[in-house]
Amino acid sequence: MAAEAATTSIDEGLNEDGGRWKDLDKLILRPGTIVGDNFEPGPELKENLMKMVRVLVVGAGGLGCELLKDLALSGFLNLEVIDMDTIDVSNLNRQFLFRFGDVGKPKAEVAAKCVMERISGVNIVPHFCRIEDKDISFFDNFHIIVLGLDSIEARSYINAVACSYLEYDSDGNPSDGIKPMVDGGTEGFKGHARVIIPGLTPCFECNIWLFPPQVKFPLCTLAETPRTAAHCIEYAHLIKWGEALKRAELFGISGVTYSLTQGVVKNIVPAIASTNAIVSAACALEALKIMTDCSKTMSNYLMYNGTEGIHSKMTAFDRDKDCLVCGPGILIELDISVTLSKFIDLLGEHPKLLLSKPSITHRGNNLYMQAPPVLEEMTRSNLNLLLFDLIGKIPKDIIHATGTTSINGKRTSCLRKLRVIFKGTAEDVTDMDTMGAVYRFVDKDNPEFWGYPVPKF
Amino acid sequence: MIKLFKQKEKQREQAENAHGRAPVKKQSAGELRLHKGVSGVEQWRGLGNMSELNLPKTSTIAFPNGKDDLMNFEVTLQPDEGYYLGGSFVFTFQVPPIYPHEAPKVKCKTKVYHPNIDLEGNVCLNILREDWKPVLNINTIVYGLNLLFTQPNDEDPLNQDAAAVLRDNPKLFETNVRRAMAGGYVGQFFFPRCMVGSK
Repeated sequence: MAAEAATTSIDEGLNEDGGRWKDLDKLILRPGTIVGDNFEPGPELKENLMKMVRVLVVGAGGLGCELLKDLALSGFLNLEVIDMDTIDVSNLNRQFLFRFGDVGKPKAEVAAKCVMERISGVNIVPHFCRIEDKDISFFDNFHIIVLGLDSIEARSYINAVACSYLEYDSDGNPSDGIKPMVDGGTEGFKGHARVIIPGLTPCFECNIWLFPPQVKFPLCTLAETPRTAAHCIEYAHLIKWGEALKRAELFGISGVTYSLTQGVVKNIVPAIASTNAIVSAACALEALKIMTDCSKTMSNYLMYNGTEGIHSKMTAFDRDKDCLVCGPGILIELDISVTLSKFIDLLGEHPKLLLSKPSITHRGNNLYMQAPPVLEEMTRSNLNLLLFDLIGKIPKDIIHATGTTSINGKRTSCLRKLRVIFKGTAEDVTDMDTMGAVYRFVDKDNPEFWGYPVPKF
Repeated sequence: MIKLFKQKEKQREQAENAHGRAPVKKQSAGELRLHKGVSGVEQWRGLGNMSELNLPKTSTIAFPNGKDDLMNFEVTLQPDEGYYLGGSFVFTFQVPPIYPHEAPKVKCKTKVYHPNIDLEGNVCLNILREDWKPVLNINTIVYGLNLLFTQPNDEDPLNQDAAAVLRDNPKLFETNVRRAMAGGYVGQFFFPRCMVGSK
């Protein structure tokens, strides 16, 4: 059904004097000089863009509304949107897909419905929940993820999810499972747009330090010697929020939690519709560039400031080669007969690691902790067990280790990502060493090898 | 990138035809490496924390949620000098997912008569709020908390009454602290006993 609708709209577009896709056509049907390396203009590209590509939009708020509209009008006709919020009356000034009668309804559902009504051929699947509530496999089917979020935590989460698809070859070059992201963010008159192609450009975690620390007032100032209006508000928020709880109990209202209190209070920076529009437009364009190669993508972080006049600046940030989220980690081949204790010894001898006294964790499971003593005692019994068994007999996986190492003669504590592969297990047949550079794929007969799940339609 | 994704699809189809059946669905990388709702980031942050831990001898650490939750723990302080000698004070630590970008949330679980800790357990320690820097860690906080007990500070009070008494009548402050730690009333507030060992 959806595919049929898409065909109709493409044809419609051609009939009406170039129609809806007139401008898109100029970008993706004609050759150019500043296009991406893999650009192949033509109707096939357009058809693939409209029928094959699946985009996940995270957030249906100020940025999300703009993004859905911009992406749909850029030819992305298969969209899904996820948002945990319902519409508040204060959203209506800028979240233009919502009307007064929609107050109280889920943002994702109303936004999806509204865009589908206005733009024929687009299909948007809404998800009214937290991103953390989705099973990780939910993210398998998307070719690109566009973020319109307002928190560092949510960005960090989705970044870790996207980077977890990334596969590296034995030389530490990304070989498969690249799931690109475009991240937008706004606060008042300021905003940013950035392109994250895991393995190629810095991921969110590589330069998380970019975020300025939040302004925090000393607790004692708030409690005893407030000097500004902000101090008084923060006092009610931080110290007296228990009052809100008592009041809710008195009136039989549930749901007053600390996090909700924060959610209500933090909306102090007025959101500016034009900032959302500008940042979203930049994001949608980058998404189009990444997917179609119709132009080279930005490198890699755009800052926008509309406080006084208009200022924008592009900065090319560098990857953190030791990034624990998007970095390749250190490849270690092991025999399945290796015990945890032996593995720990190996990390001390490994020339690239020389980790002494390492603690080991695997997928949220602490296998061995050197310290503090209470944890050491709880994990000691694992030492004589086989590592292969401890990680659930997975032929290759990521393990994190932390310990001390010597850098320029100085003892330094460090945390390392390890890519562990067990010799002689099923996956070993599809050894990684045949894989080439980025964008090259192994021409092997084993369908199980292909890490990137291909979406089905 | 569309071209890339198309290639993949073609490869998959060819494989399907060659084998005359759909390929076994590979568990996605995401499923392999992540639990639902846990990005793993928290985990290694917690791990880094613990390996760097070098607590003062006046403190012990406990993990109420077991060995795999390193983001929520309790630190017990038993000051070895000063007004609070002989007392035992439990602090809960909640490490946020984006630590060390943001400071852990620390609360005093033990009700204490202290100028810099209020009766709800809020703690006034600069490095927990306005002076937090990502280079600081759990150690720094524990040492900071330790210092609050050896050198309570009447200049930045959270408990105004206790601060006033400390400033104007240190002798009375000492008496009040002993009374509160032994289990008893100071003014209108009752403090449960928090002395080390048996009575």
